[in-house]
Amino acid sequence: MKSILAVLTVIAVIIALWYAACVPMNIKGVLVEAERAGAEVQPPSAKVRRDMGEIGLIIDNSFAIPATWEQARPRLPAPHQVATELWNTTVGKKITSKRSLIYHGWVTLSATLLGFAIGTGLGILLAVGIVHSRVMDMSVMPWAIVSQTIPIIALAPMIIVVLYSVGVQGIIPKAVISAYLSFFPVVVGMVKGLRSPDHMQLDLLRTYSASQSQGFWKLRLPASMPYLFASLKIGIAASLVGAIVGELPTGAVAGLGARLLAGSYYGQTVQIWSALFAAAILAACLVALLGLIERMVLKRMGIAS
Amino acid sequence: MTTESTTQPVIKARQLDLTFQTNDGPVHALKDVNLDINKGDFVSFIGPSGCGKTTFLRCIAALETPTGGTLSVNGMSADEARRNRAYGYVFQAAGLYPWRTISKNIKLPLEIMGYSKSDQDKRVSEVLELVDLAGFGGKYPWQLSGGMQQRASIARALAFDADLLLMDEPFGALDEIVRDHLNEQLLQLWARTNKTIGFVTHSIPEAVYLSTKIVVMSPRPGRITDVIESPLPKERPLDIRDTPEFIEVAHRVREGLRAGHSDD
Ligand SMILES: Nc1ncnc2c1ncn2[C@@H]1O[C@H](COP(=O)(O)OP(=O)(O)O)[C@@H](O)[C@H]1O
Ligand SMILES: [Mg+2]
Repeated sequence: MKSILAVLTVIAVIIALWYAACVPMNIKGVLVEAERAGAEVQPPSAKVRRDMGEIGLIIDNSFAIPATWEQARPRLPAPHQVATELWNTTVGKKITSKRSLIYHGWVTLSATLLGFAIGTGLGILLAVGIVHSRVMDMSVMPWAIVSQTIPIIALAPMIIVVLYSVGVQGIIPKAVISAYLSFFPVVVGMVKGLRSPDHMQLDLLRTYSASQSQGFWKLRLPASMPYLFASLKIGIAASLVGAIVGELPTGAVAGLGARLLAGSYYGQTVQIWSALFAAAILAACLVALLGLIERMVLKRMGIAS
Repeated sequence: MTTESTTQPVIKARQLDLTFQTNDGPVHALKDVNLDINKGDFVSFIGPSGCGKTTFLRCIAALETPTGGTLSVNGMSADEARRNRAYGYVFQAAGLYPWRTISKNIKLPLEIMGYSKSDQDKRVSEVLELVDLAGFGGKYPWQLSGGMQQRASIARALAFDADLLLMDEPFGALDEIVRDHLNEQLLQLWARTNKTIGFVTHSIPEAVYLSTKIVVMSPRPGRITDVIESPLPKERPLDIRDTPEFIEVAHRVREGLRAGHSDD
């Protein structure tokens, strides 16, 4: 009960700060609109106003404050504007509509899941190789690390262009970018997990003359499960980022990335913010879902009490 | 050949030497170790830490390779013996898999060695009985006390057909009362299974209480300073520790340990 109160307080503070921030962010635009509508604005000269500080403008034109939360194209939309837009484009629209966020969310989600599956599979395979072969450890790991130092925003257009030139388009290029981002945490986590059994555990298997594959299936793999799930949670969030980034350079017409892009073309900040929130909510749901699966798996394994 | 193999010691070490190459230079862990362990012996290795007890046990288990001398286990090289699954090894920590129940933990070596499902079940219930853990097979390790976990790990080492049991301070991390109890049980178990046991400890009463043969070692370089054949009977109630014979053996062990110390 007390913790719920604390959480609600934090949320309330964030929302209050957000509303407060809307006032200085939007005041100039609001004054322009008010002047056009015939209201008296201080100071009257638009040129003077442009060089004035926001705080001064707010003090001189306090009548305009409520309007900063109601603009059609604010610099910073107010929380309720974003919430209304989210509601209207999810519950208020048919899923088949091109304006439904559920539809766009699904387009991005499908690429995310495909990329996540590829990235996870690849990550696990690489980790198994790295753990069992010194050559792979020395040759693959550095490249995996280097691969993550290249900004994805620079790499994504190249991946898309290269794939397009060989005739691959649609969901695949997005999934590839998504996989590119998500395989890395899985490799790192799985390598750590597969190496987590200590000397004694490995010696014990040697006293049984266990084969490498027995050691893998009976010791290394089960021991790596908690590490795997920690990585998967990072991986799925990275996958979603990858899928969204993959939608940006193509001028895609569908997907959360496309909504972000279209929003910024047309100055539809409310649309941008609602797409951002939709992405954040989606990521939170995916991570929570993985957390649930983790709890179930570890409980069945007897590790989580 | 047959007559020879019945009389041959289970473990025969001659001029065994092991030097570890470390970053701080070579560490002479074992020097000129000569020892015979016969079938059915209960042999304790005692000495201050760093005298090579663990190293010697690991050599027998082929977990370390000696740098000199010869070592045979069951008449073969230690490595062959390991591949023939000649011994069960009990480490200082129980090392049970947290994701397996006690039964499944005991089945681990049986699965690896390819015992049939029905045989596995039969053996698990047998050894659980043997270490007094019947009824705990379905529990997970974290549900058991430290002493019970260690007994489970002993059961795991007993489950398959190895006549040799190697134990490296298996009760070192347990309190004295639990330890007494486990020592008593271990003796009963030894009597019932007729195994050959190699047991590392640094407790004098423990060594004297358990062993038919006590090997006193001393460090730098690790070597054997005394081998004491115990005059105590095979049947040993806990209060044998108050008898003059017991105290005399304990005294000799203490003397051996002190002698090992005084010459460095
Ligand atoms: N793997 C190893 N590498 C290097 N030195 C080791 C290794 N194992 C043991 N030693 C050294 O060998 C000596 C004997 O160790 P050990 O057999 O563990 O002693 P004990 O079990 O009697 O306490 C010690 O000096 C120890 O530091
Ligand atoms: Mg030791």
